[in-house]
Amino acid sequence: MTEAAVLQILSPSGEIEKSLLPELTSDELVGLYKHMVRTRAIDTRMLALQRQGRIGFYGTCRGQEAATVGSGAAVEDRDWVFPALREGAVLLMRGYPMDKYMGQLVGCALDPTHGRQMPCHFSSAEHRFVSLSSVIGTQISQTMGAAWGAKIRKDDTVVMGYMGDGATSSTDFHCALTFAGVHKLPAVFVCQNNQWAISVPFSKQTASDGIAVKAVAYGMPGVAVDGNDVLAVYRATKEAVDRARSGGGPTLIEAITYRQEGHSSSDDPTRYRDAATHAAWMEKDPVRRYRNYLELEGLVTEELDRQIEEEAKQAVNAAIAAAEASPPPEVWTLFTDVYDKPTDALREQAATVASESAEGEAEGAFPL
Amino acid sequence: MPEITLVQAVNDALKEEMRADDDVVVLGEDVGVNGGVFRCTADLVDEFGEERVIDTPLSESGIIGAAIGMALYGLKPVPEIQFADFIWPAFDQITSEMAKMRYRSGGQFTCPMVVRTPYGGGIRGGHYHSQSPEAYFTHTSGLTVVVPSDPYDAKGLLKAAIRSPDPVIFLEPKRIYRAPKQDVPADDDYVVEIGKAAVRREGTDFTITCYGAMVEVAMKACALAAEKGWEGEVLDLRTLVPLDEQALIASVTKTGRLVTLQEAPKFSGYSSELSAIVAEKAIDVLEAPIRRVAGFDVPFPFTLEHVYMPHAERVLKAVEDVMTF
Repeated sequence: MTEAAVLQILSPSGEIEKSLLPELTSDELVGLYKHMVRTRAIDTRMLALQRQGRIGFYGTCRGQEAATVGSGAAVEDRDWVFPALREGAVLLMRGYPMDKYMGQLVGCALDPTHGRQMPCHFSSAEHRFVSLSSVIGTQISQTMGAAWGAKIRKDDTVVMGYMGDGATSSTDFHCALTFAGVHKLPAVFVCQNNQWAISVPFSKQTASDGIAVKAVAYGMPGVAVDGNDVLAVYRATKEAVDRARSGGGPTLIEAITYRQEGHSSSDDPTRYRDAATHAAWMEKDPVRRYRNYLELEGLVTEELDRQIEEEAKQAVNAAIAAAEASPPPEVWTLFTDVYDKPTDALREQAATVASESAEGEAEGAFPL
Repeated sequence: MPEITLVQAVNDALKEEMRADDDVVVLGEDVGVNGGVFRCTADLVDEFGEERVIDTPLSESGIIGAAIGMALYGLKPVPEIQFADFIWPAFDQITSEMAKMRYRSGGQFTCPMVVRTPYGGGIRGGHYHSQSPEAYFTHTSGLTVVVPSDPYDAKGLLKAAIRSPDPVIFLEPKRIYRAPKQDVPADDDYVVEIGKAAVRREGTDFTITCYGAMVEVAMKACALAAEKGWEGEVLDLRTLVPLDEQALIASVTKTGRLVTLQEAPKFSGYSSELSAIVAEKAIDVLEAPIRRVAGFDVPFPFTLEHVYMPHAERVLKAVEDVMTF
């Protein structure tokens, strides 16, 4: 993949490729920015909370806000999203309530998934944002399968699935793109190439010249885009979504970006990352780049900027307060949703737990 | 009622459910024009078309991943894994994804789907066309595991599995795919309830638990035991998860002696769980130690398959042990 083949609209040094600007209203342009700023505000706050021992784990989107928000904005509400670890912002963009979002991170009763997964594993059927596991790559095949479902049902729904660069080495990447190519499924595969799979650099992940070129072998378009350029990501994703919706089949998008933080709160990237390279990538920060553009266009003033950040912080803090005031999930939720109806064996085990507390026994506790 | 084989029973069940529900789709390797290597999906593509009877690329992980995506989207996929021995590339999708989807999403996303796969030995299939992997799946929360032992159950249980809101691993005993034939209802509404064992032979002296192709072996062993004056009860579990524990305890309570029978390797096998449950809940009724008859703890052999496979004489030896303790 040569540099010229990477789609870019806003360069790090401030040049603008006007012929490629997507058709977005001023409100939409500012909306993208708000989502990016809010994403960063949440990350900052949640990482701090993790350090204080108030949440168990966190994986930030920092540095990848353009790739996440730009792609998330290109799908419609009826479309489906299969996220990876760093795409929680897309769920919020689809209207998910902030208190439930924080509820998942804190693992309290506000979380509709009853605190069953580690933080950052959001899901909402209402928002067509599918539950993810921590196993790398599995969602790529499921993206393909759901897109197949849409095709069989003859819906004009598009299914977008995210992955990191490490996931492109997984079995699921290969079979998902193979199947999707053969059957021309309405899928958009978005690889956030953030250069690192925990401590393993992209150069050790594959000898391929980028990810986008891999699409050739699967019989679909591959698009490399500057992942720190929100307008370029939006444009590339929108084109792919439109193509999928009109029966043109799947697309592989490689958003070339950078993970500014560690893999997660448990990771210390200074152990394996070169300071100079890190500094060079920090110069390409996606939020700053987009703010510069919006300022130039007169869409964001310093005051508005402060206001957006303040609103984001307040929303986050209010949601954290609500989540922390919420009780832990009811103990009986340990045993529900394993099956549609609990088996006799599960009822028996639930009764064992009930008998461990006087309160549980007195109330008959488990509504199973 | 028509007299049909287990293969035909599977085929009939698929046809009936596909006719009744447009959301039911079949996918896998060679399931289309070839009708499956065992012909379980024969003629389906002619009736339902390539969009619902799908020849996929050759990747078990992809087949199950695709089926999960379809199920999430609202379809009822019935993927076929050509041999249970080839299911391991899909093990991650089955155990990490399909089995846990309902739980991890708080019931928001579910995977109503049936993974059909032929399993078991006795067809001279060597290491990779003979194994019995049930214990790997019975150990995973969220999975229903079903093993029919005759055409009647194969059809009724498969129809029930396709209608189940939970993901089902449906293990088909391929050694008895084509024999013996049995009368099976052609009625659309007939299903065999998941989670209910069947007493295949009533007896008062000892119980043999079994499933799949081992039911026939248990019946033969009981015939041999009867010659010695011992009347055995054969409990065909039919569903391994959820287990019909009541039926198990009831039978052992009646007979006081238990021989478990499976063709999968013995150590950590499914029957060991049965043995543990009886030991925990009904040890007071036991008149002899439990005996487990199982495959050996070796990779499934080719030439010496007949030695590996549990047979009636080997089961009879275990029966003698519990009867003469």
